[in-house]
Amino acid sequence: MSEHEYVPKSKAGKWFNDRLPLLTLGAHLTDYPTPKNLNYWWTFGGILTFCLITQIVTGIVLAMHYVAHADLAFASVEHIMRDVNYGWLIRYIHSNGASMFFLAVYIHIFRSLFYGSYKSPREVIWIIGLMIYLLMMAAAFMGYVLPWGQMSFWGATVITNLFSAIPLVGDSITTWLWGAYSVDNPTLNRFFSLHYLIPFLILGLVVLHIWALHVPGNNNPVGIDIKKPSKDTVPFHPYITIKDAFALLVFMIIFAGFVFFTPNVLGHSDNYIPANPLVTPAHIVPEWYLLPFYAILRSVPDKLGGVILMFSAIFILFVLPWLDTSKVRSAVFRPIYRQFFWILVIDVLMLGYVGAMPAEGIYLVLARVGTIYYFLHFIVVMPVVGYLEKTDPIPMSISEPVLTGGAEPSLARKVNDKV
Amino acid sequence: MIKFNIKLLVLSFLLLISLRPLQSAEMVDPIKVNWSFKGLTGTFDRASLQRGFQVYKEVCASCHSMQYLSYRNLGEPGGPEFSEQEVKAIAASFEIDDGPDSQGEMFTRPGKPSDKFKSPYPNVQAAIAANGGAYPPDMSVLVKARKGGANYIYSVLVGYEDPPPGVTLDDGVYYNKYMSGNKIKMPNNLMDGLVEYADGTESTVDQMAKDVTTFLAWAAEPELEERHRTGVKVIIYLVLLTTLVYLSMKKIWSRVNTEV
Repeated sequence: MSEHEYVPKSKAGKWFNDRLPLLTLGAHLTDYPTPKNLNYWWTFGGILTFCLITQIVTGIVLAMHYVAHADLAFASVEHIMRDVNYGWLIRYIHSNGASMFFLAVYIHIFRSLFYGSYKSPREVIWIIGLMIYLLMMAAAFMGYVLPWGQMSFWGATVITNLFSAIPLVGDSITTWLWGAYSVDNPTLNRFFSLHYLIPFLILGLVVLHIWALHVPGNNNPVGIDIKKPSKDTVPFHPYITIKDAFALLVFMIIFAGFVFFTPNVLGHSDNYIPANPLVTPAHIVPEWYLLPFYAILRSVPDKLGGVILMFSAIFILFVLPWLDTSKVRSAVFRPIYRQFFWILVIDVLMLGYVGAMPAEGIYLVLARVGTIYYFLHFIVVMPVVGYLEKTDPIPMSISEPVLTGGAEPSLARKVNDKV
Repeated sequence: MIKFNIKLLVLSFLLLISLRPLQSAEMVDPIKVNWSFKGLTGTFDRASLQRGFQVYKEVCASCHSMQYLSYRNLGEPGGPEFSEQEVKAIAASFEIDDGPDSQGEMFTRPGKPSDKFKSPYPNVQAAIAANGGAYPPDMSVLVKARKGGANYIYSVLVGYEDPPPGVTLDDGVYYNKYMSGNKIKMPNNLMDGLVEYADGTESTVDQMAKDVTTFLAWAAEPELEERHRTGVKVIIYLVLLTTLVYLSMKKIWSRVNTEV
């Protein structure tokens, strides 16, 4: 992997490095040649790492004060908010942190879609990323259950009930998941246990994600391979570290804005009502980041059909590298695909919006149109457009557009067109 | 090309926003009050919190519990900030169940600042039974537990009206303009001059509703003032640090012929 062999300067360093080459790894990470034309959409990997660490650290402190029991959970959260030193701050960072995590991951995923980062030779990075995303959704869903408010309880009831749609064994599976005959104390206990476990699984997958990234190296806005490392790349440190730090700080300002000034705006007010199995809320809605999938689920009149479609919406992404037939990675040079990309963004935003609305009237129609389009995008648009599209001319190397027209790839393309 | 995309995005958002009114055609939006605790640097009006506590104690507390608050909270910074003596006196005015003692007997004693607010009913079932089948919700986090927050609570308190013609109400059900479904089991308990404020403020219905809502907003978010203060400091710190890092980044990247 390493281009030039790293030799520690000190004797002790050499002794240790011969036995465990941690210093070689460190040297690889700092020297890692990174395309110098990466734009700010590429800073979200670092931001996501920060989000994961933040959730783990705040989560560990919260777990010291939280009580996973149906009769005590709600009160223990209030205890954290009122009596634990800076408990309100830790909890608000954790609850808003989940939203910030998803905001960042959605930008990260759509960046990959736009610039074709999922394509060969980066399919494994993409697939590991999707596994992380799946685990994130599981962790977030279970975390939302822990305060044991009305939305916690009823959200858990709705989502676990999905499994009862499985033919023959559905009800048995649901009972097994609950550990009871309804969502109850055993459910809360196991959700807490899994909620504590999953972030560490994510951490392990993040290591694999970065490892897999460091084999082919980063994609970049023009989506072409590195021709001359000396001209096209910069060492990760200090160039990318300082840029990631800048982007992370901007992200943290937004994060802090939520935590300190509108800490509950992303949550649902019903979750400050203690869970009550006898009173169903008027509208059961998941957290905002799951709404597009919720809309897909509810757009199908049949329960099993809805569940299959909802899971398909995620699993179809796993085969994306093979559905996309275009040889060109970056949408910058794909005039037709670029339009469809933005339509997909709007489609997903619309699905998210109708997911928050009651499943009736115009919302149901929009949900169905949105769902159909979502699948059409991947099953029809991507293979067909990739096959038929006449792409724009691609620059010879990363350095070329930089030398002729500045870093903005669209500018580079125009310059290229004239040539 | 980019312009076209932004247009598309804006258009779709306008479409979404225009759909919004469909959602809540029957509900009346709560009255917007210019609360002192709104905004980035909002703080509670100390006198209003103290009056609000008086309204809670003399009017609401006969049915509504506030089980997550302790009497000591009344003296803590950012709240009503009663003096230590006042907090002790308030706590001592309640008889708290305690025990068992060394003989295994339960007993009652005067309250201490460390005690939780005494609940009016021993349990939820007793509260439901005493209130015609409707549970008077615990008010510790009520402001956070209702869409519209403080505005909504205030609106319900002043939103009692005679039912419009054609609407018939069962016994023990009242008409309220702002309550979802317009039916509420809590009677209109506020009338002008109901409590005698210690600070001489005239106790109109509007004044009492505002004071008790302020008190409930503090009860739900006792950290609000500290949160706002800390938030301003954190944001200033982050903006300064971001500026420094930005300048460092520009300097470092000036070594390569690429814009950042």
